[in-house]
Amino acid sequence: MTADLRSLYEEVILDHNRNPRNFQYAPPGANHVAHGYNPLCGDEFTVSLRLENGVVTDIGFEGAGCAISTASASLMTEIVKGKTVEEARALFESVHGLLTSEGSGGPMGKLQVLAGVREYPARVKCATLAWHTLQAALRKEQGTVSTE
Amino acid sequence: MTTAAGKRHSAARVDALDVQRVRADFPALHQTVHGQPLVYLDNAATTQKPRQVIETLDRYYRSDNANVHRGVHALSERATAAYETAREKVRKFLNAPSVQEIVFVRGTTEGINLVAQSWGRTNLRPDDEVVITETEHHSNIVPWQMLCGQTGAQLRIVPVENNGVLSAEGYAQILGRRTRLVAVSHCSNALGTINPVKRMISQAHEVGALVLVDGAQAVAHLPVDVRDLDCDFYAFSGHKLYGPTGIGVLYAKRALLQEMPPYQGGGEMVKHVSFDRTSYLDPPLRFEAGTPDIAGAIGLGAAIDYVDALGSEAIGRHEQELLMLATAAISRIPGLRIIGTAPEKTGILSFVLDGVHAHDVGTILDMQGVAVRVGHHCAMPVMQRYCVPATARASFALYNTREEVDALVAGIYRAKEVFG
Ligand SMILES: Cc1ncc(COP(=O)(O)O)c(C=O)c1O
Repeated sequence: MTADLRSLYEEVILDHNRNPRNFQYAPPGANHVAHGYNPLCGDEFTVSLRLENGVVTDIGFEGAGCAISTASASLMTEIVKGKTVEEARALFESVHGLLTSEGSGGPMGKLQVLAGVREYPARVKCATLAWHTLQAALRKEQGTVSTE
Repeated sequence: MTTAAGKRHSAARVDALDVQRVRADFPALHQTVHGQPLVYLDNAATTQKPRQVIETLDRYYRSDNANVHRGVHALSERATAAYETAREKVRKFLNAPSVQEIVFVRGTTEGINLVAQSWGRTNLRPDDEVVITETEHHSNIVPWQMLCGQTGAQLRIVPVENNGVLSAEGYAQILGRRTRLVAVSHCSNALGTINPVKRMISQAHEVGALVLVDGAQAVAHLPVDVRDLDCDFYAFSGHKLYGPTGIGVLYAKRALLQEMPPYQGGGEMVKHVSFDRTSYLDPPLRFEAGTPDIAGAIGLGAAIDYVDALGSEAIGRHEQELLMLATAAISRIPGLRIIGTAPEKTGILSFVLDGVHAHDVGTILDMQGVAVRVGHHCAMPVMQRYCVPATARASFALYNTREEVDALVAGIYRAKEVFG
């Protein structure tokens, strides 16, 4: 692989694409669900989570997308599990910053692998799709969202 | 027929395309992308422009620029003459009987919308039927859906077989007493299929329906003769024919245009205006409200000259050779599936790769300088029909080479390696 390609398709991304975590999975008792769709490319995810006392106690995603969107969604579910709503929102802001501008405002841990996507403007939406979907799920009131 | 013979003659003159000489005419091809020589295989989206077209635009703006059909001064007369000469070039290119049947529009999309809103709104009644196919581009679907919403007419869809060929049986069944219009692409942009439009047109005429042919993917790749086809409307875009963006053509039979109300109102399309009553010009100007894309039309004329000099048939043969070569090579790639395997195709190869999403294929190819289109190609129903979220599509033009086919194939292997 050329150096350029490796900066986008980092080993971590390839791994999360090959074996996405919490994939094709909706947590039992999920009470927040949202559907995300990128009409430009057809990537489509449903993010389901169980929120208990303001904490994301379980989360999963279903659907289909490219390596970047799948890996980003997979990483997201790993990192968000156990976080409060505020922490999850802050992570969204950091990821958004990392993908769209210089500097992410804080240590990103594993999510740092997404930095390479910034060089590929056409792919930024792939990386942010799951995160936008998570935001939408968190915004929805408990009980008003179908958990089917 | 004299024109067909003429075209055959010019094809014989330039028996095989001198690709290297042709490439020298296209400045944009000579660049590197991500450090690799550009391999431009996104020609179904838009083609690159030869210097003959670029220089025509430049010359027009440098020396002739003026508004058309409204000045007595020298520049306006030159601009008007050049604009109308371009119309004559289009007429000849399509073998249309009259320049009055050639309407300049923004592109295929506007041409189709013009027919839907002008002819369609005037002529369709509730329960009339408009027939389209499962393989149409969104621009040959949405205008008809809008029209059906406005008039109460119904949309009927001709199904497509697994290989990308329209179902002849399905078409025959759908055609009937209620059919008022059939709108079909000459060539599918997502699958490459060349549809048997001549036969479809005569079948439609038998039940008294009109036919609009979306020629966006045809004009650059095969000779088009609207008289021979006997189509009622034919629309295409200049930018897919080596011409500028922002200009396209709607051909329509004169008797139809005569009866059609204006599509837009404004200057340039009226005979007389008063606050009580306004009368409209005859076609084609009736349908060209406002200052048109004068430079674009003249540039399109230059593009037609360019293609004519090479000969549509020589171009088609060259592209077929690349298509065959590429089809054979990528068919050997394990896990690769070609979407669209009709026996008669233009140089379009849509494919999916097991375990690698089309976007990732596109990015990896791009890193190697190979430009292809990935996504749904503005044909979401086609993606649904073949149960794929997206495909990668390589599409060939007259300037592509065998070496570029090799680069495409190598790039696909690289994508497999990365995701192996
Ligand atoms: C078959 C077909 N029809 C219509 C169009 C629309 O053309 P334009 O966007 O130039 O109006 C395209 C272009 O993508 C096409 O491929």
